[in-house]
Amino acid sequence: MSDLLTFEGLSKAWFGVPAVSDLDYALRENSLLGVIGQNGAGKSTLMNMIGGIVQPSGGRMLWRGAPYAPQSAADASKVGIAFIHQELNLFTNLSVAENLYVDGFPRKFGIIDWAAINERTRSILQRLSLDDVEPSVKVGQLSPGERQLVEIARALHNEAQLIIFDEPTTSLTHRETERLFETIATLREEGRTIVYISHILGDVQSISDGIAVLRDGRLVDHGAAADFPVSRMIKSMIGRDLGGLFPPRSNQPDSDLILSARSIGQPGVLEKASIDVRKGEVLGLFGLMGAGRSELARVLFGLDPHATGDILLNGQPLTGGPRNRIAAGMAFVTENRREEGLMLDASIADNLALVSIDRFGRKPFALVDMEALSTRTEAMKAELSIKAGNIARQAAKTLSGGNQQKVVIGKWQMQSPKLFILDEPTRGVDVGAKYEIYTLVDRIAADGGGVLMISSELDELLGMADRIVVMNRGEVIGSVDRADFDREKLLAMAFREVTA
Amino acid sequence: MIKSLEKASDFLFRNATYVIFACVLLYYGLQAPSFLSVESLSNIVKQASFIGIAAIGMTFVLLTAGIDLSVGAVMFLAPLIAGYAMRDLGVPVPVGLLVAVLTGVLLGAINAILIVRLKVVPFITTLATLFLFRGFGTWLTSSQQFDFPEEIRRFGLSTVLGVPTPLIVFAIVALAAHVVLAHTAFGRQVYAFGNSPEGARKAGLSAEWIQARVFIICSACAALSGFMLIAQIGRLDVAFGEGSEFDVIAAAVLGGASLFGGIGSAFGAVVGATLIQTVKLGLVFTGVNLYLQPIMLGLIIFVAVLVDGVREKRLLALLKRTIRPV
Repeated sequence: MSDLLTFEGLSKAWFGVPAVSDLDYALRENSLLGVIGQNGAGKSTLMNMIGGIVQPSGGRMLWRGAPYAPQSAADASKVGIAFIHQELNLFTNLSVAENLYVDGFPRKFGIIDWAAINERTRSILQRLSLDDVEPSVKVGQLSPGERQLVEIARALHNEAQLIIFDEPTTSLTHRETERLFETIATLREEGRTIVYISHILGDVQSISDGIAVLRDGRLVDHGAAADFPVSRMIKSMIGRDLGGLFPPRSNQPDSDLILSARSIGQPGVLEKASIDVRKGEVLGLFGLMGAGRSELARVLFGLDPHATGDILLNGQPLTGGPRNRIAAGMAFVTENRREEGLMLDASIADNLALVSIDRFGRKPFALVDMEALSTRTEAMKAELSIKAGNIARQAAKTLSGGNQQKVVIGKWQMQSPKLFILDEPTRGVDVGAKYEIYTLVDRIAADGGGVLMISSELDELLGMADRIVVMNRGEVIGSVDRADFDREKLLAMAFREVTA
Repeated sequence: MIKSLEKASDFLFRNATYVIFACVLLYYGLQAPSFLSVESLSNIVKQASFIGIAAIGMTFVLLTAGIDLSVGAVMFLAPLIAGYAMRDLGVPVPVGLLVAVLTGVLLGAINAILIVRLKVVPFITTLATLFLFRGFGTWLTSSQQFDFPEEIRRFGLSTVLGVPTPLIVFAIVALAAHVVLAHTAFGRQVYAFGNSPEGARKAGLSAEWIQARVFIICSACAALSGFMLIAQIGRLDVAFGEGSEFDVIAAAVLGGASLFGGIGSAFGAVVGATLIQTVKLGLVFTGVNLYLQPIMLGLIIFVAVLVDGVREKRLLALLKRTIRPV
């Protein structure tokens, strides 16, 4: 095996701040390298340099021993490098075949040679066992998993030798993930080289042969996957042993109910779902993908309708949409931070002020009291230790995932709600920032609030929740107290297996 | 039973423009049966061809999520330049037509340079060039009516095998645009760019080149449309084409083009333009108060866009997963 891609002292600094410093590594041909690191560790910058999106400020890259300095995405694709990003780069209004050929259609008399591209696309799809997808079908009609395979088909079509996966499994179901791993194995057999970037450490461990850990723009650890248990990955990523991944819960829940939802039903979504949250309680809501957790959360917050049942907050029945729920003291941190949780281009201060801005109106014209507002947002920044410079100028999108999530939580904290619904609060957040978010959750409960925490990571619920409610296909299967937490039992409930 | 009802309403939503079209024809037909005669219908399509040609060009721009507000001014200025060439240099009508289209290309290139090179958003760019182009033409004519040589009307009113020339030009433009959009690399890249400009850039497509070409095509079509219309009347007054940009955009949108890019077709623009013209002529035919006509048109466009919005919502609702049997 020879070296496919080599980095020699590769560096990139943004306005003097290093994002990647002095990176030396040789990627062997036909290997599968897992790359891990916290958000902000330099993974994206490194990938963007490989992909020609940004140019290095120092050092160089070699492709099969020859200097490689891509100036654009097209240059990278020309040598044979393809990226499969978390957000796919497909054109949903075009067919599968058109997506493959969009940068160079074969033509007959200036007209696209449809027969040729459909036939060639079909043969590529067959290699990926996607026989059931017609080349002429519009990509918009495919499932997320199928779309990802189409993106891989595009890489194969471009004769990519190096395929870089960046968090490819976030929007995939369990089965689709399995299918992806099978496909990756096939790609290896064909002699291709893979770089696999993910926060899901177990996956990285099981599919890679080598693992590289980035921290603060440096390659801090690398080695064979066999010698790289998850504990070593975490230790290398954070640079110190966090001791526990979770802060200790600092209070016991009260017996008073904050939220009480009785027999919520909605055809096709929920069936007789009942759930209670007590004062000072962190209630975990667990279930497999499609169990109805987020659907229940949306009904509770008034975003979606429900046909039967009542929802009580502090004993008062809730009616109307989110406005009424917010006024009654509910807060909802959505699972879709970038699209629903934040105004990415607006400043951090504007994001923080979003929910509570009408409380800062000053008589007689209800003009916003900018001074009071900025004092409050500054206080919130300090309280949540949001790592940002000038929050009035810096856009929310410039923050790391963890700090973005703190801003989302902060915008609700601004008016001290009684009940927090957190839907996947640590998704796409690095290990260090996760800990800070857990600490925040604990503090909300300790201050007498209630937290309904939805998560797909069972460990996170085991670490943080006082009680876990399990759902399956829109029904509440049962509830388990902290004293009785048991991983196998909870999983069995989620799969709806009968347990003794 | 409910399922089949749903299917039926789904069909209605998917083909809203055609359904409205059928309703409009039926209504006018009942009011005045002669409205549905071959003569009257072919007159409608002929009248629709002028806005239609420009709407086909506009569809290219809308597909990239852009907009061109300068088409009305191009419809005025490009034929005017051709008029000078014909009157003062004595060039024949076909050369005049070529001059008009080339002027359109040039004006479109001005839009394109401002948008692609100077990165001014299309709305603002074309709002500025709307005044620039019209202002230039007004200055040239000193705000006087401009009379074209008599041959132009002979061309405009001519027929080929009994079919009016404007209709033939309309058909050629529509067919050519369809082939370009549906069957050439450039056309498919226009759709790709409209769907995801970022994705198009990452796929190595030249965003600048795609954008530049759609604005040039749009202006060229507008110029041709203006020339064909003037060939009917033989003269150009200062207000010619004023406000036409809205008819043109409305026709394209009625024909199914999305203002957000990526959706639309050449034939859609043909249908949209014909629908608008049907409503307009129908109102005249049925003797509706002249001043009520813009209101009726506005309502039709409103209904079409409303139906489009409702359809979009329903499609989204269909995509929403159910997690247990209903």
